[in-house]
Amino acid sequence: MKRYLLLLPLILFGAVAVMLAVGLTLNSSQVNSPLVGKPAPDFQAPSLHTPERSVQLSDLNGQVALVNIWASWCTSCRQEHPYLMALSEQGIPIYGIDYKDERSKALAWLEQYGNAYQAVAFDAHGRVGMDWGVYGVPETYVIDRKGVIRHKHIGAITAHSLREQLQPLLAELRRESGSR
Amino acid sequence: MIPELGQFALVLALSLALAQAIFPIYGALRGRVELMAVAVPAARGQFVFVVCSFVALAYAFLINDFSVAYVAANSNTALPWYYRFAAIWGAHEGSLLLWVLILGVWTTAVTVFSRELPVTFRSRVLGVMGVVSSGFLLFLLMTSDPFTRLDPAPLQGRDLNPLLQDPGLVMHPPMLYMGYVGFCVAFSFAVAALLGGRLDSAWARWSRPWTTGAWVFLTIGIAMGSYWAYYELGWGGWWFWDPVENASFMPWLAGTALIHSLAVTEKRSAFKRWTVLLAILTFSLSLLGTFLVRSGVLTSVHAFATDPLRGVFVLGLLVAVVGGSLALYAWRAAKVRSIGRFELLSRETMLLLNNAVLTVAAATVLLGTLYPLAMDALGLGQVSVGEPYFNSVFLPLGLPLLVLVAIGPLLKWKSERWPELMHKLRGPLLIAGITLLVLSWWFWQVSLGAVLGITLAVWVATGSFEVVRQRVSGRRNPLAALRRLPRSIVGMALAHLGLAVFVAGVTAVNTFESSRDLQMRPGEAYTVGDFTFRFDGTQSIQGPNYQATEARIEVLREGKSVTVLHPQKRVYQVQRSPMTEAAIDGGVFRDMFVALGEPLGNEAWSFRIRLKPLVRWIWFGAVMMAIGGVICITDPRYRRLLGREAATRQGAVAKRFSEVRT
Repeated sequence: MKRYLLLLPLILFGAVAVMLAVGLTLNSSQVNSPLVGKPAPDFQAPSLHTPERSVQLSDLNGQVALVNIWASWCTSCRQEHPYLMALSEQGIPIYGIDYKDERSKALAWLEQYGNAYQAVAFDAHGRVGMDWGVYGVPETYVIDRKGVIRHKHIGAITAHSLREQLQPLLAELRRESGSR
Repeated sequence: MIPELGQFALVLALSLALAQAIFPIYGALRGRVELMAVAVPAARGQFVFVVCSFVALAYAFLINDFSVAYVAANSNTALPWYYRFAAIWGAHEGSLLLWVLILGVWTTAVTVFSRELPVTFRSRVLGVMGVVSSGFLLFLLMTSDPFTRLDPAPLQGRDLNPLLQDPGLVMHPPMLYMGYVGFCVAFSFAVAALLGGRLDSAWARWSRPWTTGAWVFLTIGIAMGSYWAYYELGWGGWWFWDPVENASFMPWLAGTALIHSLAVTEKRSAFKRWTVLLAILTFSLSLLGTFLVRSGVLTSVHAFATDPLRGVFVLGLLVAVVGGSLALYAWRAAKVRSIGRFELLSRETMLLLNNAVLTVAAATVLLGTLYPLAMDALGLGQVSVGEPYFNSVFLPLGLPLLVLVAIGPLLKWKSERWPELMHKLRGPLLIAGITLLVLSWWFWQVSLGAVLGITLAVWVATGSFEVVRQRVSGRRNPLAALRRLPRSIVGMALAHLGLAVFVAGVTAVNTFESSRDLQMRPGEAYTVGDFTFRFDGTQSIQGPNYQATEARIEVLREGKSVTVLHPQKRVYQVQRSPMTEAAIDGGVFRDMFVALGEPLGNEAWSFRIRLKPLVRWIWFGAVMMAIGGVICITDPRYRRLLGREAATRQGAVAKRFSEVRT
């Protein structure tokens, strides 16, 4: 009899268990995107709020800014949203790219959780996301005054990553350009 | 004092659960009747102490005892008493206690309703349930004690999450847990059968009513959750592919597959190994779901970082229960042989396909739910897999399943001939064909999905009627024949009809919904279809623990008032979070849904207005499925056959007992 076949469920479960165990012990480290250190890819997409207008890279206009990829269907986005709201209140311009979403749902989402964005590009088919090398939602990019991507944060922003990574980096970038 | 008693009751329950786990299984192994006899009293005693503990926690909530940390974190004096009660299961510790309580309910039910099972088998079943219960009680006591005290006690509690302050929350989690935990019975029957090496159609027949029972609760629980999301989250959606929803959907899919595969094992002694594996998998998915959701692993692996012990314990428990049973399966299942033979065109094949589709569907949801976790575990950050993935995967899986649902019950077991099948299917084929033609004429340009969806709904519905019709028509007295129909047939037909209703509802909402987000000033109106929505202004309202702005919207049809809707925007005082209370005018054929958005200044407000055709059919369908399940359980054949077999066996056991005594 094919006894080894009967072992298959156990083996598969073992793999899942190992994954869970790794998940418990590992601290998610940041992978460097090939785009870090390069100029941010240009994009142009209709605005979420006013479809007639478009949002593009030049809107960033030489500011230190965040570009946040999000969607209304994304649960982790709900989690990180308060931190984006806090950053926005501190005066950091945040540009959103609404990735593979429906307009009405995205608008309702912003109404419910608050709008942290200067402008939101509506990327219905994920074309912009493709150029930016998005492989999951949410992702957040830190852009300096020269329009260069300085950091890519994969996944939801947490209190920890905000304090340890984003805020120091943002402060540094703002100083960097202030001296010039 | 009362909280300490509650905690002590938990310790006592744990010792009884251990006794329930160890003695009966060992006794069954050695054939020692006096050890097996421990099972029933230990199980009932354990239940009594878990109830005591639950009552103690309920008491702490009702008298606002904020010296108990869990109460302080999840309640508030301004909270009405029924929400204070429901707050017991508002967070991790209390839901675990509810889980254990419900496991106790099911275990006690097994002790009551399976008196006629062979003693060794019943002891093994209760023993396995004791193992599960011990694990959970240990988890509760060691890492998630709901009775931990605070000193000094705060004067006020932090309040229950406003999202959960809703009548839906009072019943939704207990229903869901009745379903999750109910699959533990099917699981224990399967593991007991593996332990004993006896897997026959009697085993399948004993498992069936329990499995269907759990499935009924889960169906109702999921439907309630979906309805709750519909009116509480304020978007008017009914399913979001949220990890929380997925966690309940996975065991539902596996459980549905299990119900069908149990039918084959009972009637034809086929698929035995597969059925056992499904029983194990269904409960494993319930466990995984409970943990993933409750522990917060899904939204973030690092939720465990606050209490690493909890994560390790959860994983240990999963490995012990799931890994243990799968190892047992690998070891023992080789001995099991299926004897039923069947041909390609037969009811067995249809049920096999049903199982294949449902299992793949469950695996798909599992993959979509675990993928973000895997990404995180590999250090690639946290991501969400959302609606686009699930929608694109579920459609191709659902369509063939719907085609099969109507055919399967009409086929004969073992083998069926094509001409006969065509003859049986002529009614449904004709009606569905006409529907397809008519709909294509009307809606071809509007939506292909709508044409397909409605046609399939009609196909499934006529198929379900056909099952009943063919057993009744041609009889001398059709009415009497209808009354004599086996309940399991009636139940199945009703459940399948429920599926048709559900599909019709989903299709109608997805294609014919009209939705609009707009702003209105008092006096302004908006017209959609025959209906005019007029905004008459807002007023402030003071609730027990919140303040609200309420809008008045009058709905008119041809100048006559149809109804008045009062959507609210609430701010809860303690947690300061705004909540949208949508106003819904429900009807059989359409729902009017109005949610109040943001104030835009100048007395203008933003509104979300939706006209949702047939949306209620989604939940009607689910309720019909559940009622169908209940009718199946009441089929007298389960009791009759059990009684006859038991009579002979009871004699043998009584004889053995007297031998032991003398």
